[in-house]
Amino acid sequence: MTDATELWTIIIALGLGSFCLRFAFLGLVGDRAIPEWLLRHLRYTAVAVIPALVAPLVIWPTATGGEPDATRLAAAVATFAVGYLTKNVFSAMGIGAAVLVSLSLLF
Amino acid sequence: MAAGTAMSSYWRGLRDGLPFLAVVGPFAMLFGVLATEAGLAVHETMGFSIVVIAGAAQFTALQLINENAPTLVVLASALAVNLRMAMYSASITPHLGPLPLWKRGIVAYFLVDQTYAQSILDYEKNPDQTTAEKFAYFLGVMTPICPPWYLFTFVGAVLGESIPPSLGLDFALPIAFLAMVGPMLRTPAHRIAALVSVILALAFAWLPYNMGLLVAGLGGMMAGAQAELRLGIKP
Repeated sequence: MTDATELWTIIIALGLGSFCLRFAFLGLVGDRAIPEWLLRHLRYTAVAVIPALVAPLVIWPTATGGEPDATRLAAAVATFAVGYLTKNVFSAMGIGAAVLVSLSLLF
Repeated sequence: MAAGTAMSSYWRGLRDGLPFLAVVGPFAMLFGVLATEAGLAVHETMGFSIVVIAGAAQFTALQLINENAPTLVVLASALAVNLRMAMYSASITPHLGPLPLWKRGIVAYFLVDQTYAQSILDYEKNPDQTTAEKFAYFLGVMTPICPPWYLFTFVGAVLGESIPPSLGLDFALPIAFLAMVGPMLRTPAHRIAALVSVILALAFAWLPYNMGLLVAGLGGMMAGAQAELRLGIKP
């Protein structure tokens, strides 16, 4: 676990960084045009970072010491499928949690 | 009277922002619970929600802190998740750019997915509002979204402190992320970006300091941008 100083460094730097991103155009650039290639990349940041964050956790879960685990894999597939098909974040979380809990109790 | 119309814009915004409470409340609570489960104190958890005020980036930072990733990797990854905020900032500038600097500062701080989406929708639907009315509307939308974000983080954090850490919450964060990803995959370009990022993340998982995440994030962005260009996809 990260210590308190490091944690607050992260919180404050992340807060400042996020504020700068939000203020960038509103406060500094005004309504000058942003290059199209930059906008094109910005559109895909969240959809590129979050799957990259989660994929190793699904395949090699921390709790099993990195051993692939059928229960977690099934919960992950169910969550993603429901989210993709219904576009509803909370149905996806609900189903995923239900699959995870019920399979953990069964096996 | 100008103050009167600004006031009615504020109330209109508040009404329009109210439905988002149903999303923000549970999300903030989940962050509070998971942050305290990960070992953060209540005041540290609150620090995140008040100083950073960005859901997905907070969850990203939390996961990486949990994995003991180096501070720079935590920051780079969480800020990458937040890069879309720069896009919101650019898109809302034609409407709120004429405000005095300190008011633009307030808008910037409260510029999150929901306040942006609802405000820009209204500005485009009702284009003859004054800048003062638009600002009042923005503050109205923000009211049922941002203060509840703090409040429910606190509720979740207090709740999380009372839950024993053995309840299998290790996989709650991946489930939350996976649930967020599904609805994001709107176009083929988004799906290609996500697919490339998953492949790269698994292929480069051996890199030290969670650098694989940065490689995959960058690769995914480039894949999405290229797919958009070559397939002629409307963003």
